[in-house]
Amino acid sequence: MHAVTEAAISIGFHGLAFAMVLYLISVGLSVTMGLMGLVNLAHAVFAMLGGYVLTALMNRWGVPYAVSLAGAAAAAALASVPLERLLYRRLYGGEELDQVLLTMGIIFMSVAGVTYVWGPLNQPVYLPHWLDGQIDFGFRHFPTYRSFLILCGAVLVTLLWLALERTRFGAQIRAAVDNLRMAQSIGINTSRLFTLTFALGSGLAGLGGALGADFLPISPSYALSNLVYFIIVVAVGGLGSIRGPFVAALLIGIADTGFKYLLPELGAFFIYALTMALLLWRPHGLFGRA
Amino acid sequence: MTVKDLDRARSDRNGAIEAFARRHRFRPLEAVPWVAALAAAFVFPGYLPLGAQILATILFVMSADLVVGYAGIVTLGHAAFFGTGAYTAGILAAHGWGEPLSGLVAAAAVSALIGFLSGLVILRTTGLALLMQTLVVAAMLLETANKASSITGGDDGLQGVDVWPIFGVFHFDMFGRVAYGYCLGVLLVGWLVTRQIVHSPFGRSLTGMRENVRRMHAIGAPVFRRRLVVYTISAALAGVSGGLIAQTTQFVGLTSLSLERSGNALIMLTIGGVGRLYGAFIGVPLYMIAQDQFAEIEPVYWYFWIGLLMVAVVMFARGGIIGLVERFRR
Amino acid sequence: MSDLALETPAFETIGLCLSFGALAVASDIDFRLERGARHALIGPNGAGKTSFVNLATGVLSPSAGTIRLGGADITRLPQAARVKRGLARTFQINALFRRLDVLEHVTLAIAERDGVAGGLWRAAGRHRRIIDEAYTLLETLGIEEDALRPVSALAYGQQRLVEIAVALGLSPKVLLLDEPAAGVPSGETGLIIGVVERLPPDIAVLIIEHDMDLVFRLAKTITVLVQGRILVEGPPAQIAADERVREVYLGDRVRQP
Repeated sequence: MHAVTEAAISIGFHGLAFAMVLYLISVGLSVTMGLMGLVNLAHAVFAMLGGYVLTALMNRWGVPYAVSLAGAAAAAALASVPLERLLYRRLYGGEELDQVLLTMGIIFMSVAGVTYVWGPLNQPVYLPHWLDGQIDFGFRHFPTYRSFLILCGAVLVTLLWLALERTRFGAQIRAAVDNLRMAQSIGINTSRLFTLTFALGSGLAGLGGALGADFLPISPSYALSNLVYFIIVVAVGGLGSIRGPFVAALLIGIADTGFKYLLPELGAFFIYALTMALLLWRPHGLFGRA
Repeated sequence: MTVKDLDRARSDRNGAIEAFARRHRFRPLEAVPWVAALAAAFVFPGYLPLGAQILATILFVMSADLVVGYAGIVTLGHAAFFGTGAYTAGILAAHGWGEPLSGLVAAAAVSALIGFLSGLVILRTTGLALLMQTLVVAAMLLETANKASSITGGDDGLQGVDVWPIFGVFHFDMFGRVAYGYCLGVLLVGWLVTRQIVHSPFGRSLTGMRENVRRMHAIGAPVFRRRLVVYTISAALAGVSGGLIAQTTQFVGLTSLSLERSGNALIMLTIGGVGRLYGAFIGVPLYMIAQDQFAEIEPVYWYFWIGLLMVAVVMFARGGIIGLVERFRR
Repeated sequence: MSDLALETPAFETIGLCLSFGALAVASDIDFRLERGARHALIGPNGAGKTSFVNLATGVLSPSAGTIRLGGADITRLPQAARVKRGLARTFQINALFRRLDVLEHVTLAIAERDGVAGGLWRAAGRHRRIIDEAYTLLETLGIEEDALRPVSALAYGQQRLVEIAVALGLSPKVLLLDEPAAGVPSGETGLIIGVVERLPPDIAVLIIEHDMDLVFRLAKTITVLVQGRILVEGPPAQIAADERVREVYLGDRVRQP
């Protein structure tokens, strides 16, 4: 029995760390998809960008880890603004196929871009020494880095929830997701709201990509190969919510870790099957609306 | 109203009805792709293997057009059916049954089954939810193929695909002549099927669903059922195209199920023109020939320019090449 | 013909109820639409008129009550099944096939009615009978000149007529017109009125309208709906004279016929 609880705690811990990364990257996608009705397949590009900025800052210019993390988030957020204002904006409420093609085009261009600048190989991430080793939690040891991930994630999630519930900006987002036309008619500047929300979501993705470089290696194929994970989190969680992706990320993160540990021959298959089953039951996600 | 007025009204009426009905008849221009395909075989004899791949891919992209362009179901997972067909035909051939035509039939059947089952689940929704689910289905199949490496060859791909001569007579030669003719013949059949669907009342109702599904519900159309039917047929056609590739290249890799494959299909279709039946015939050769010529030189640039082309097409040239031609003619 | 046959209404609801949370869009609605009726449903904005049509057609499901079409219970039937039994509607905002031409709009409807719309074997062009009938329908509505033009190229008033044409293509027994004159410039409403006046007498027609001109010209019976409830029902003169109706419309909107 001891071995089972051991395994369960391990799975729970590592799954939770993975879930945090998934959440940070996916929450922006869920909100923007729900808010702007735009299928942004290129969302993972911002996570990738965050990872590349982190490694560039640290490896090239020796910038400390914490500062590099902030830099990654900022870079992703800033990069999203011209993209939203110049390109995405034209496609709100437009045909879905257009949005798919545009965002795919952006993925392709960014893949080419990062390959050109940084080459085709995985970027090595050298964690600072204060994240090395393990922390003693009394009943068990856990890797410091992953514990840090969970802590960061928890803090960010809480801040995000508070921001959404307690600030005016958050209230505006909630109103606009609920009923866009109504929000416009009560004077909310939805165009500015979209840009800011998009930047926030992309910045979080950049942070998630940088933090999660351990789970999801930084390489040019990042945006395409990991897209399905983020899509799953958003599809299962439901569009336009920040609670949904959190629950979904927990489910997916822990289940994925568990299945890969217990049944590695089947890999990610169970996650997909689980997703399809959940979507059969709730086609619009756990917290989505029709 | 004078007799002359009545006469004119009647001829206007007949004229309009004739014009409306005539849209669905075979037109001389429709022979062009086939003449071109035959001519290309003689003018470019060294490119027959590439030509065969182009023909098979046209079938694939045309099947995607049925779903995306006509029924209005945007999918990023069509490669699921392509890959299923490829692996079905390939595994059969690698395990002792190399008869090509029955291999294609098997590929069609298995892909149709997968299409039907997945359609049952995912076609109940629309829009973003549906799109995401198509991704998941394809990812699921990719992972299955990856893990079942004892059957599929996994990462290394399926080897030992041994295809018998067609009708016992036509051996696949190393110049690719038989393969080219084979693919051309199968494409012809696939095209006839697709054309029949598109020009039938069923096909017109699909277009109605694409334009305004609410209206279709309000005139009593069984929307879900029709979508499921076209999705299944399209999956079968995609499966056949996958089988063709497997048989003519004697190899099946994991990329046949990948997101890139699905995405490329959409790209090729868009370049040619979505929902106009012939978009695939224009977009696929252009894309694949360009890729053959330029992608080897500098793959990074290729990716970049394709990406830029996509953005440009969406912003400026929505209807693809066919759309530009239509606009030009007006 | 027995009295019973004369009495079965073309369409009726009994005790129809539906609420969205605290908002009651239908409260215990008992409604009868007689055969060959020319019946109008009026009421202030938000009264639940379009919701009533959605309930009738099956887009919305009631929380309580029964819906009958020609005496048969259709409460549980899905939208498409109700259409097959002769219930057709038009939309308040045009729900048309933007890129398709006018003639095709009607052929699609007729094909559904005749059950050939799912056919894969014959080309659409070979169904001459259907194309013929569609063209004739356009002629009766006076829009046959635009038969081969994409509907998006038509003036809004003409588009509203196409909307009606599609519904008529289904050869309905009951026709629900949701604000047929909505959004139509006043110069073109005459067309709409003309079309509705010339509808076959055996179709039971329910018109939802705000335009009182139209209502008083076309309707023999008027039902007033307020906040999901029927306030009063009767011939136009009675409704026009009714104090409560005047109140509801703040007095001046209800004019004498």
